[in-house]
Amino acid sequence: MSAGPLTSSPHGHQGHSVRQLMLHVLLACVPGTAALVFFFGHGVLFNLVSLVLFALLFEALVLWIRQRPVLPALHDLSAIVTAVLLALALPPTAPWWLCIIAIFFAVVIGKHLYGGLGYNPFNPAMVGYAAVLVAFPVQMTRWLLPQGATTALPGLGEAITIFADGELLQGIDAFTGATALDSFREQQGAQLVSEFLQASPLMGQWSGLGWEWINVGFLFGGLYLLYKRIISWHIPAAVLLALAVFALLFHDSGSSASHGSPLMHLFGGATMIGAFFIATDPVTAATTKHGKLLYGALIGLLIYVIRAFGSYPDGVAFAVLLGNIAAPLIDTFTRPRTVGHAK
Amino acid sequence: MSSASSPVYDFPGGIYPPENKSKSLRGPIRTTALPPQLWVAVTQPGFAMPLLCVQAGEHVDKGQLLARGSDSAGLLVHAPAAGLISSITEHAIPNASNLPELCVVIDTDAADSNWHKLLPLDWRDAAPDLLVERIAAAGICGLGGGGFPTHQKLHAALQQVDTVILNAAECEPFITADEALLREHAADVVTGCLILLQITGANQCLIGIEDNKPAAIAALRQHCTDGRLRVVIIPARYPSGAERQLIQTLTGKEIPSGSLPVHSGILCHNAGTARAIARAVVYGEQLLSRITTLTGAALLEPGNVEVLIGTPVDFLLQQAGVDQQQLSRLFCGGPLMGIELPHAQLPVTKTTNCIIATTQRELPRPPPMQACIRCGLCADVCPVQLLPQQLYWFARSSELEKAEAYHLHDCIECGACAYVCPSHIPLVQYYRSAKADIRDAHARQQRADHAKQRFEVHQQRVALEHAQESRRRTERAALAQPALPAAGNNTSAQDVVAAALARIQAKKAAQASAPTVGKDEPA
Repeated sequence: MSAGPLTSSPHGHQGHSVRQLMLHVLLACVPGTAALVFFFGHGVLFNLVSLVLFALLFEALVLWIRQRPVLPALHDLSAIVTAVLLALALPPTAPWWLCIIAIFFAVVIGKHLYGGLGYNPFNPAMVGYAAVLVAFPVQMTRWLLPQGATTALPGLGEAITIFADGELLQGIDAFTGATALDSFREQQGAQLVSEFLQASPLMGQWSGLGWEWINVGFLFGGLYLLYKRIISWHIPAAVLLALAVFALLFHDSGSSASHGSPLMHLFGGATMIGAFFIATDPVTAATTKHGKLLYGALIGLLIYVIRAFGSYPDGVAFAVLLGNIAAPLIDTFTRPRTVGHAK
Repeated sequence: MSSASSPVYDFPGGIYPPENKSKSLRGPIRTTALPPQLWVAVTQPGFAMPLLCVQAGEHVDKGQLLARGSDSAGLLVHAPAAGLISSITEHAIPNASNLPELCVVIDTDAADSNWHKLLPLDWRDAAPDLLVERIAAAGICGLGGGGFPTHQKLHAALQQVDTVILNAAECEPFITADEALLREHAADVVTGCLILLQITGANQCLIGIEDNKPAAIAALRQHCTDGRLRVVIIPARYPSGAERQLIQTLTGKEIPSGSLPVHSGILCHNAGTARAIARAVVYGEQLLSRITTLTGAALLEPGNVEVLIGTPVDFLLQQAGVDQQQLSRLFCGGPLMGIELPHAQLPVTKTTNCIIATTQRELPRPPPMQACIRCGLCADVCPVQLLPQQLYWFARSSELEKAEAYHLHDCIECGACAYVCPSHIPLVQYYRSAKADIRDAHARQQRADHAKQRFEVHQQRVALEHAQESRRRTERAALAQPALPAAGNNTSAQDVVAAALARIQAKKAAQASAPTVGKDEPA
């Protein structure tokens, strides 16, 4: 017999761990990330690598300062997931210092100042994104023109120069511009939707050029997470449904005042990564079944409102953060009926 | 007739752990050799003290009464084999608290002696009271794990229930005692069901059994010729065999929180208990043995054994060929609700349905717990629809009132939540601890209320006595000095006051004129 303290039941375990959940999330990011790299080039990879490295560094540093065990926390991969999701949200032209500031806000302020994994009320990746979006609007709204638009993507050398300091690169304006969602909003009132779609080099088949495929990639990843039961269907379904319903209500059949078709919104911007990867962050989401539906619907609605009536390039980050605020209240009011109790 | 199309209802949540049942079902039920010593626990329900009927040094026959409860609610304990009582002492038994219980230690006779059985009864003509009395006399308690005296449960159910449920679900992994029992002794179990119907006057008996036990189902069907018996096959899912979940599966009824199934007209008994009832009534046999599963990767010969109550676990393990090198931990009961045993020097009790001797690989020690990431997997599998992660926060921060408001007391401690928790948080342990704290707080509150009540009564009594005393005093005073002039009284009182005032003034004047010595005035 092995010596050791007696444990109380249950003695068996399914065998899942936080690390495995996080690994599945990382794996599920692959198709979307591949599409993002294809359409926007090396900059995405620079973001990914630098954010992961600095996320681990900041995580270790804060844990050391907080006198908590460092290795088990790094082992759970949650910092890497935060870094990856944030890296995929940053523009591929982001310079190195922007990356560091963003991940600092995400890991140190968004996560550890609130007590670390499990205690943070706000999605850390979105805290980091919102902080740099508000502080550095110029760098944050300057996206590359996607592969297949008028110009070619910058080469590796140019991408390195952009990452080192974008301002130094001659002719950077030739590569950069607004995102499809942004330019769509800006043209409002000027021309019919169909005219804009034909004229703009940024638009693809149903949504932004490239973005539609990136969203398909993240949709596949999300379906994988559903299949593996890493996430439940409630939040993504509610986000997408609410977004589609409001887009349909205000679609305006393609006049110049239209805010875009449901298809454009579903496959535009950060919709799919937001619905399947960001809104489903369990720590900051509602946890009851009905609560998840409400929470998802609230985020879907907010994404639409911010995209259609706001002035930011996309609405996912702020929608998720606002949803995070509401999550505890939603949980309180959507408690399931305990078996054996009247409602 | 047993029908294949009995309706089955759903209950929320549940898990599908690996069954690990086949290796203990390879052979028939074995009877173990007579152990040299038996440690028979005489534990009574609740915290009642047992009344011993024998003393150390006495020789007992098989079936002789060893101990009983202080009233009719108690549980009779009989000698499982003939032998000499070498001592009556506290001994460790398999229980969650790890506290020793009073045990009668019997050095068994080498030769098996006569069994002093009770008289067989013809149950078809017997009155319910007589049958319940017989069940009490045979010392039968719930063999599924609860261990509650069966006659007590039946007393409450007399003329109260319309449905008897026989729990043959056996949903927990590793355990096959009931399945083996049904394969070989289905006739006894069915007789037990009929006796339960006779006692309660219920009009149907639903036998709930999981669909992963085809041989047991076939045996049951073969013997279920009475139209009131129905074998209901339920989907295998843990914890389908928990009492309230089984009732929900078979009848669609939810037993209201805080009330017992009998209040909803349902009586639930375990298959092993039904067999014990049949043996007690039809053959007059006291409950001296039970079927226990011996399993786990550290055993060379796993299987089900008919084992005498009080048999030491290490004796059983030796019989089943334990590999001491491989053995890492011992469990009593299943891996989800069972208890870990500190060592093998413990006796089998009436509720020991399974002994698992595991290797490190089979049931590894839990890794260190990590932070809750609120993933909600626990809430998805909770069969009572609690919010386990909220309860965990409340338990952790000792917010007992909130834990109560979130229905902590409805937790059946099935362990499904902890089984799926990716952070390996021992959730059930937190709930047990919080429940104990709540019980403590309630007990303290009750004591405090009681003390306050006593104090208030005391105060009232003192006040009353005081009032009476002062009334008597004034009456006595009035009698002693009947004719004191009122005016004279007043004058003397005024004089005293004037004199006191004069004294105070003189004192003040003396203080004011005294020089202030020893005080350093700031410059």
